[in-house]
Amino acid sequence: MNFFFRKELLVGLSAVVLGLAAGAILMAVTGNNPFAGYFYLFAGGLMNLERLGNTLAMATPLILTGLSVAFAFRTGLFNIGAAGQALMGGLVATTLALTLGLPKGLILPIILVAAAAAGALWAWLPGLLKARFNVHEVVSTIMMNWIAYWVTYYTIPTFFKGSFETESRLIPEAASLKIPLLTQLFSGSYINLGLLVSLLAVVVISVVLNRTVLGYRLKAVGYNRFAAEYAGVNVNRHIVASMAIAGALAGLAGATFYVGYTSSMQIGVLPSIGLDGIAVALLASNSPLGVMGSAIFFGILQSGKGFMNAMTKIPPEIGDTIIATIIYFAATSVLIERWFDTMAKNRGGKNRV
Amino acid sequence: MQPVVEMLNIRKEFPGIVANDDVSITLNRGEVLALLGENGAGKSTLMSVLFGLYQPEQGTIRVNGKEVRIPNPNVAGDLGIGMVHQHFKLVHNFSVTENIVLGLEPSRGPILTLKEASARILALSKQYGLDVEPDAKIEDISVGMQQRVEILKMLYRHSEVLIFDEPTAVLTPQEIQELVKIMKNLQAEGKSIILITHKLKEIKAIADRCTVIRRGKVVGTVAVADTSLEQMAEMMVGRQVSFHVEKGPFRPGQVVLNIEGLSVRNSRKLPALKSFSLEVRSGEIVGVAGVEGNGQTELVEALTGLRPSDSGRIVVDGHDLTKASVRQRIDAKIAHIPEDRQKRGLVLDYTLAENFVLENHGRPPYSRNGFLNKEAITAQAEKLIEAFDVRSGEGARSKARGLSGGNQQKAIVGREIDSNPDLLIAVQPTRGLDVGSIEYIHKRLVEQRDAGKAVLLVSLELDEILDLSDRIAVVCRGELVGIVDAKTTNENQIGLMMAGVKTGALD
Repeated sequence: MNFFFRKELLVGLSAVVLGLAAGAILMAVTGNNPFAGYFYLFAGGLMNLERLGNTLAMATPLILTGLSVAFAFRTGLFNIGAAGQALMGGLVATTLALTLGLPKGLILPIILVAAAAAGALWAWLPGLLKARFNVHEVVSTIMMNWIAYWVTYYTIPTFFKGSFETESRLIPEAASLKIPLLTQLFSGSYINLGLLVSLLAVVVISVVLNRTVLGYRLKAVGYNRFAAEYAGVNVNRHIVASMAIAGALAGLAGATFYVGYTSSMQIGVLPSIGLDGIAVALLASNSPLGVMGSAIFFGILQSGKGFMNAMTKIPPEIGDTIIATIIYFAATSVLIERWFDTMAKNRGGKNRV
Repeated sequence: MQPVVEMLNIRKEFPGIVANDDVSITLNRGEVLALLGENGAGKSTLMSVLFGLYQPEQGTIRVNGKEVRIPNPNVAGDLGIGMVHQHFKLVHNFSVTENIVLGLEPSRGPILTLKEASARILALSKQYGLDVEPDAKIEDISVGMQQRVEILKMLYRHSEVLIFDEPTAVLTPQEIQELVKIMKNLQAEGKSIILITHKLKEIKAIADRCTVIRRGKVVGTVAVADTSLEQMAEMMVGRQVSFHVEKGPFRPGQVVLNIEGLSVRNSRKLPALKSFSLEVRSGEIVGVAGVEGNGQTELVEALTGLRPSDSGRIVVDGHDLTKASVRQRIDAKIAHIPEDRQKRGLVLDYTLAENFVLENHGRPPYSRNGFLNKEAITAQAEKLIEAFDVRSGEGARSKARGLSGGNQQKAIVGREIDSNPDLLIAVQPTRGLDVGSIEYIHKRLVEQRDAGKAVLLVSLELDEILDLSDRIAVVCRGELVGIVDAKTTNENQIGLMMAGVKTGALD
């Protein structure tokens, strides 16, 4: 187990290093100094408390969507609908934030629970379709993404129109996940209580997957549904449960994004945290702790790329390209793993067993 | 005779295990060499080395006297070495011809020209008595025919050395006889054959020489004609093996399982089991004999709750379980050794420890309040590994996938017996296992009977049914043909009944 964990970590880190190397080549080819580029990229994400806070704020929803995808994947399901689930979570959170006039201590728990429930519902349906009619969840969750997109597209301007046609009104202070203590601590950054929610989710999901009967059964269904059925596990119910849990995580991500990171809801976009969650999970080899690490790393790149662009002539797209390249290396991690195996063997099998 | 293939001092290691340790074999032209060994002895590894799937750490390979290096199967193919794998590598919705030419498709420009290939396949098929229809789709032909397609693949590629990996594991007795004929034809045409097996009767029937491997080492090479089955078995297992199972006196008790007029449909919704009735009492083994696909699978699935029944009743210990869930039946003390250990019996990506609690992980001490108790699970795994002699690289932490078939099966048998059932349903409990494991599992099943459990044994191996059962129920086309006393019946009578002929001696 320990060894396994170490190898996964090693593979993930190699993907990062290779991705950064590829990015360096790109910077050099476009006539820029890669050392300066990376210096400003990482400085942009880390150099002071405010930037660190923004990085963590950026990472918060990514941790949750990454967990959502990773959890589903560990139980044999591919949740490609984290975007839609997050959108629904965000829509419900925004709706409650703009309509319930309750004190902060009361409204935040309500918002979080409701957002999780909305996300869970949005994934529950594909889960049910999969369990009952064997409809592939990739297809149904993508369709659910678009349903969520259009539901939001209709709801926001109709009921909560803000200063622009494409935006909701601003979330009141009392309903925001931002709290003065954190904001001040990180010198006015976007960091918010969502970070605590996401860290708690990492712990909970890690425990559920590794230490509980539920996790054992969900994974058994994912690995071999016939054996699970043979052992008396209700396969269909567990498929639905797994999707619902994944959806709840994505729904929470939506809440932390729309009433935490941003202060209003925009229409006409599927939040990128959905698809980025897949990348986060992939780089993390679907381990909850790994998800936390890789989401924070993506957060650094996301929030640092603007600074890099301001300080050098490197376009911010390089940041996205680096992310894409890292994902590419993570996706081909089999090759990296094989390379490690050969290395280990050549050193007399020291690293094996 | 000149050796076609020589493998000298081969060593191949895997994490935690030496699969081949200084192994040498010689294959002469036109002979059938059997590689005999228990599951996990290293036969398949050795052949994978020859076929280029693995690289040995040490040792040399010579083909036709010339030293060669075989980095991948393509090189093996170029050297005239072909292999029929245990699990066929065929594209199911392709025709026979399409499968055979796959990889060296004949074409004129971009246009595929299958006609000539088809003709050549037909000719080869005739020459070797294979009787394969080149235009048939793989999914429409029997497993035996599919194997012949694999053989044709090798012949089409002009292979001179043919490796057969456990070729009879998937065949019916009739198909086995035909395969023996085919191998004799191949031999007569000058092909050299390596046969990987642990079935002694087959070696007697086909092979000229036999190299015995035990735990990665060559024990010896013998001329088959001069060696008895017992001698070979002893070489393979390392001790004397008894082919006969010792049973205690027959003292049947109360009826544990009562099946009344059970009818079940198969996956295609066609009636597969028709109004089937049977009783199994405590302290007896009732064997269900029949040719594959005559309703046995549906019977077992209906009994274990994996498939709904149309009509009839299933009563266990006086409780009607006809509509009960799998879970309720497990709780009613029914244990099930499934037909397909990898599909049903194990979660291959789980560790041995996790697999040992597949059914009872929800109960104390393995879990409390929804949390798993890893210490208790590990302790249970260590107990079962010890008690049932389950061998693996890393003990309880080994992934089930990494175990040999025999050890996977021992793990399942151990798990099911350890659940202390009232009714044990054992389906093909020794399929694909070696004599050592078969002897062991048989002993354990008889122990259950002697301890007063009811055992329902479903098997396609007639020998197994005859050796173990007290009574034998024969099924044909989903109907019970009759029930006979195992002491007074014989292979002929059961064989006739399996074909649907009702003979006397019904009780």
